Amino acid sequence: MAIRTEELLLNVGPQHPSTHGVLRVVVKLDGEVITEATPVIGYLHRGTEKLAENLNYTQIIPYTDRMDYVSAMTNNYVLCHTVEKMMGIEVPERAEFLRLIVMELQRIASHQVWWGTYLLDIGSLSPFLYAFRDREIIINLFNELCGARLTYNYMRVGGVKWDAPEGWIDKVKDFVKYMKGRLEVYDRLVTGNEIFLARVKGVGKYDAQTAIDYGLSGANLRCTGVAWDLRKTQPYSLYDRFEFDVATAEEGDCWARYKVRLEEIRQSLRILEQALEQFPPEGEIMGKVPRVVRPPEGEYYAAIESPRGEIGCYIVSKGKAEPYRLKFRRPSFVNLQVLPKLLVGETMTNLVTILGSIDIVLGEVDC
Amino acid sequence: MKQDQTVRAGTAEPSDPPAAERAEQAAGTNEAAPLVAGADVNPSRIDQTAAEGGETPAPGAEQREGDGASEKARQTVTPEKQSDSSKQADAPKGGDESGSAAEGATAGAAAKNEAGVKAADSADADKEAKRKAAAEARAARAAAKAKADGDGGESAQPKPPSPNQPLLDRLVDILKREVGEDAVESAWINPIGDIPTVSLRAERLVDCARVLRDHPELQLNYLRNVAGVDMETHMEVVYHLISLNNKINYSIKVKTDREHPSVPSVSEVWSTANWNEREIYDLLGIDFPGHPDLRRILMPDDWVGYPLRKDYVPADPEV
Amino acid sequence: MGGMFSGPLTWQNAIVWILASVVLLFLVLGFVTYAIYFERKILGWAQARHGPNRVGPFGLLQTVADVAKVLMKEDIMPKNADRALFILAPFLAFVPAFTVLATIPFTGWAYFADLNVGLLYYVALSSITTLGILLGGWASNNKYALLGGMRSAAQMISYEIPLVISVVGVVLLSGSLNMSKIVDGQEGWFWNWNIVPQFLGFVVFMIAAFAELNRTPFDLPEAESELVAGYFVEYSGFRWAMYMLTEYVYMFAIAALTTVLFLGGWHAPAPFLEFIPGIVWFLLKFAFVVFFIIWTRATLPRMRVDQLMGFGWKVLLPLALANVFLTAVWLEIFN
Repeated sequence: MAIRTEELLLNVGPQHPSTHGVLRVVVKLDGEVITEATPVIGYLHRGTEKLAENLNYTQIIPYTDRMDYVSAMTNNYVLCHTVEKMMGIEVPERAEFLRLIVMELQRIASHQVWWGTYLLDIGSLSPFLYAFRDREIIINLFNELCGARLTYNYMRVGGVKWDAPEGWIDKVKDFVKYMKGRLEVYDRLVTGNEIFLARVKGVGKYDAQTAIDYGLSGANLRCTGVAWDLRKTQPYSLYDRFEFDVATAEEGDCWARYKVRLEEIRQSLRILEQALEQFPPEGEIMGKVPRVVRPPEGEYYAAIESPRGEIGCYIVSKGKAEPYRLKFRRPSFVNLQVLPKLLVGETMTNLVTILGSIDIVLGEVDC
Repeated sequence: MKQDQTVRAGTAEPSDPPAAERAEQAAGTNEAAPLVAGADVNPSRIDQTAAEGGETPAPGAEQREGDGASEKARQTVTPEKQSDSSKQADAPKGGDESGSAAEGATAGAAAKNEAGVKAADSADADKEAKRKAAAEARAARAAAKAKADGDGGESAQPKPPSPNQPLLDRLVDILKREVGEDAVESAWINPIGDIPTVSLRAERLVDCARVLRDHPELQLNYLRNVAGVDMETHMEVVYHLISLNNKINYSIKVKTDREHPSVPSVSEVWSTANWNEREIYDLLGIDFPGHPDLRRILMPDDWVGYPLRKDYVPADPEV
Repeated sequence: MGGMFSGPLTWQNAIVWILASVVLLFLVLGFVTYAIYFERKILGWAQARHGPNRVGPFGLLQTVADVAKVLMKEDIMPKNADRALFILAPFLAFVPAFTVLATIPFTGWAYFADLNVGLLYYVALSSITTLGILLGGWASNNKYALLGGMRSAAQMISYEIPLVISVVGVVLLSGSLNMSKIVDGQEGWFWNWNIVPQFLGFVVFMIAAFAELNRTPFDLPEAESELVAGYFVEYSGFRWAMYMLTEYVYMFAIAALTTVLFLGGWHAPAPFLEFIPGIVWFLLKFAFVVFFIIWTRATLPRMRVDQLMGFGWKVLLPLALANVFLTAVWLEIFN
């Protein structure tokens, strides 16, 4: 009697502990091996771009917080930066320093969330708690600065809303020192662990040509050896004043992405040290901005390096206070495209490993 | 005021109905100077008048003085005269005023016309001068605005050419040579950020895309962003490209009409475009023939309508 | 106590035996209650948090509250589930885990059955737990549960073999399958404990034990982050509690077995400490083994199923066989 086998159609999500949000992956399985995977997104689509057409630019800033909610400061920045470039507004130095410091702190916080949740997916329970405990310090710093823990609404066109309170800069300096020590602990606990290495090495591998073709950005591109970091190649803010390296790795698999992100935390700490030293003791936090922010007629696309990759903002303005068309180029949306290609031939366990290593946030995927 | 002018003009040129008409019109247009369109008409007319005025200042002055009395006479002319002036083939030539006017008429219809105009206007020479100045100022502002809107080319104050102009020229050159003369519809530099921007024909898009990606000088291998824009008259798809090697940014636009918007898909050239085009299809309704899997991505699969369009009305009023 | 169980099967004896088993059951349940409590506490301390500390003093009544909650829950059975198997599976998993305790000697006099093939009995019965898990996964009519059940079956079968073979070395040294005799052979100083001559066997045994217990790093069948609890995803209420109970009772059994086979049972580490009752020593060693199992859960990530199978067959099994070979050779030479 011949054995009859069937392909199994499995739905991973949208409610699932490991899909980092409401993502659904429809998977065709042959035993434990995936033959086809199709991501289905749109569960978190809130129509930000359509809403923006009726709001003036300052009103759009809270909406940007909620796109990539793990990394809200960089979202704020990309919108303000695009509008400032269109209007030719100069941001005062102290404001720009504050912006850079919070963006780098946000990068560290975002990578901590990634590290903790990635290891939780892989099965290790404790690193999650360690990462979140350290991230709590950053969140408290942000709370002191702008009153919010997750969605900050901190930047404005032309500067920032709140100045650093008394002693805040010293607290950030203390945190930088503390975090350097913590990175050693992270390495000792996880990076050398044989089981962990066996889980991530060689998994989800792709080469530089695929990465460029699919428009991947951030750690997903740099893990293949392409040293493309918008902070260095298309500098914005004050990044060209500071010395830091672009973290790259050669292998192009989950292990390489892991290494790149941990290295990015190190480089962020390096930038923070320099920025805190050069922080201007006094200055304006808001530049000369007309009462109603009205970019001249025209269009512009500006992009910056968020923890997930290249986040961009394309504005078409007709000279009014509201944008005619506002489009956000979201890194998680573009990065997620490569998932079906990576999953063919992998096991179900590796689905979780690969998905975690791409580091997506569904708020950003769906906008 | 206008009535007076017309009347005066009408009775001043009895023997020259067309001239009278023109005089009327001149008076009329002098009054109607504020429009930009009239700006062209006015300066030349004014110039002509000024030129003629140079020739015949004395007669004009004389006429002015002479007409002082006739003004009253003209003023008493009833409005019907005004409307009948065009029918007047032969206005009463009697009278010194007519005679002096007829003198000017012998110099030439135009001169007479101008003299008549001048006679009409000389009463308000300073008003005319003010009007002239205002019209000139308006003309200058209009010209400056037209220039500032990005026309480039003819302008009173030339802007320095963008440093990326040679890049733009080279790009257009390459595309025209490799793909075809009709590939590029227009090319300009986006003043914000000095980005070379070209607008391509939709049919040539995929070939152009291949050239852009593979040509050794361009090497635009990284598609940063694809955006759809609903301009109310048409729709556009904008591609932002960069070369990871040269770090130069380019923008490509493709225009398509609003009724059946359709832009060939470039997802074979840059795989990034796959989901981006699906998103544009989902939200704006632009079709991408050649796309491997064009279906809705963010909205539910059974959604009716394209939400990001400017004229979008939700099918379900409660939404 | 042994004499108590070797009489004829009369009504009086039967009632005594049943009562004794019930006492043991309650002791085991008491252990399970506080094993769960300590697991949560230890995991919490490892993760820089407190663990349960509200319900009762120091949170000691947390598990009682949890069990009460679970028993009050609705017993949901999926519509297309195989009723009989769905109901049977949790019990099929629990019963062997409990009955293997019959042969384990807790002290010199506290044991239930002094079988000459005690170890064999233990190993044989513990395999039936696999059946219970597999049936649970199948009967749930759920793809996730099925995947979990299949994985679990593959894993447990693969690791039974190194488990058993690693114990053969101990049997060779002791010359008997009788658990009491094995413990007697470890009298004296702590270097007489079987862990010292049989260290390789001990290591293989511990790793295989983790796999048998479905605990991290081998907790694939319950991989929360992938299969959302795997084979018992459709179970709720008392049946789910049964599966949880199985896991901890089995942990009790394995820890007890480890203590008996490798750590000297109820003997003190040094002869002059023998005045302290054997049960204390047994409990101390037993507690350490349980702590070690929980500690591993707090620290290590999970192995992937194919890596796990590869490891079991290609690494553990050869090591276990090598251990047996070396033990035999040594015994032959030094007798």
